[in-house]
Amino acid sequence: MIRSVIILLMVLAAYWLTLSGYFHKPILLIMGVISIFIVLALSWRMKILDSETVPYFHGKALGYYVWLFVEITKANMGVVKAVLSPEMEISPTITKVPMKQSTDLGRVTFANSITLTPGTIAMEMCEDTILVHALLAEMTEPSGFIEMSDRAGWAVSDPMLGVIEQGAG
Amino acid sequence: MNGDLLHILQFVISAVLMAGGIFFVIAGAVGVLRLPDFYTRMHAAGMTDTLGAEMILLGLIVQAGLSQTSLKLALIAFLLFLTSPTATHAVIGAAHHAGLKPKLGKYRALAPGEEPLAKSKAKAQAKSKVKSARKSRAKKRVK
Amino acid sequence: MEQALHYLNVGTAMFLLVGMALLLGRLLSGPTLYDRILAVNSFGTKTVLFLCVFSLIIGRQDGVDIGILYALMNFIATIAVLKFFRYSALDVSMNYKRGNRGGRDRS
Repeated sequence: MIRSVIILLMVLAAYWLTLSGYFHKPILLIMGVISIFIVLALSWRMKILDSETVPYFHGKALGYYVWLFVEITKANMGVVKAVLSPEMEISPTITKVPMKQSTDLGRVTFANSITLTPGTIAMEMCEDTILVHALLAEMTEPSGFIEMSDRAGWAVSDPMLGVIEQGAG
Repeated sequence: MNGDLLHILQFVISAVLMAGGIFFVIAGAVGVLRLPDFYTRMHAAGMTDTLGAEMILLGLIVQAGLSQTSLKLALIAFLLFLTSPTATHAVIGAAHHAGLKPKLGKYRALAPGEEPLAKSKAKAQAKSKVKSARKSRAKKRVK
Repeated sequence: MEQALHYLNVGTAMFLLVGMALLLGRLLSGPTLYDRILAVNSFGTKTVLFLCVFSLIIGRQDGVDIGILYALMNFIATIAVLKFFRYSALDVSMNYKRGNRGGRDRS
């Protein structure tokens, strides 16, 4: 609770300074402090100050996004090749991908990563599966989704996936 | 001299990044025009939103150097990174909910010399017309 | 070098305009409503990029601020249009309960 309040304070202050850009005009800085505290009071009253306020505030998530960026680049190459070739051989498929995440944050991270990778889009989220539409049939290999799911669970330190990893290893 | 080298380096990095971004943006736009149905077009649009936009914004950040502008550009890149998959998921989910049928299975565009499907169908129809005309003539003869 | 960067930015802006023109074709000829929404959304992303490039061409920061606003407005507009076409109302609560997907919130 206190941790999320402090981090939200810092993020809002950085946001204000980025957008205004004035460091030595006292009136504008005071305005900024007032608006930051209004936002904090409102989110306190709305009771949204919990662990989901500051979802990715550790180094693991950064590593995950670096890996995801590499994956996005690779997938982009495949889609560009498929789209720009004159024959345009595509094979759209719909598959169900199992989702082992236990927390909402983990589910959002996993589905967002699927959608961010071009060639696969999460169409609908059910209880423990995601309906995925893929542009090419070879993009729906289960091993890729399992790796992405494991890494997403690791990035948000999902307790469920930790247990599964221990059981497997 | 040294400053000149840095400027040239800045120009080269920025040019490479922006050329790559432009390539993905144009490829995405062409894909949105070419692909056969809504669900597949979504993939091409996603290509523009992710790598195209991020690469152009990175090139602009390299140009702007260390300044407030580059911070704002980074903020735009972050916002696009967060909102574009959400918007994509919302659009495709709404289409799926409304019952738009996706085209599945293998699809191949026509090669440059190939006849479009509609024409060959028309030919087949013409052939069948000829056949039926022959049949009716034959019937008349029988009569 | 300034001149070269200027030409680079102008070229990028031209290509972005070409991409936007291509998307206009899909916007006008889209067979379904969702094609048009997709085209508008993608067009908005390109508009944001164009605003950023343009503000660097004219050498003023204001365009980038407008770009931030446009990115947010584009997202909210897409969601609002989709919600309106799904529920034909905008005052439906977004409280999403599992099992009670879609439809009005009855709590």
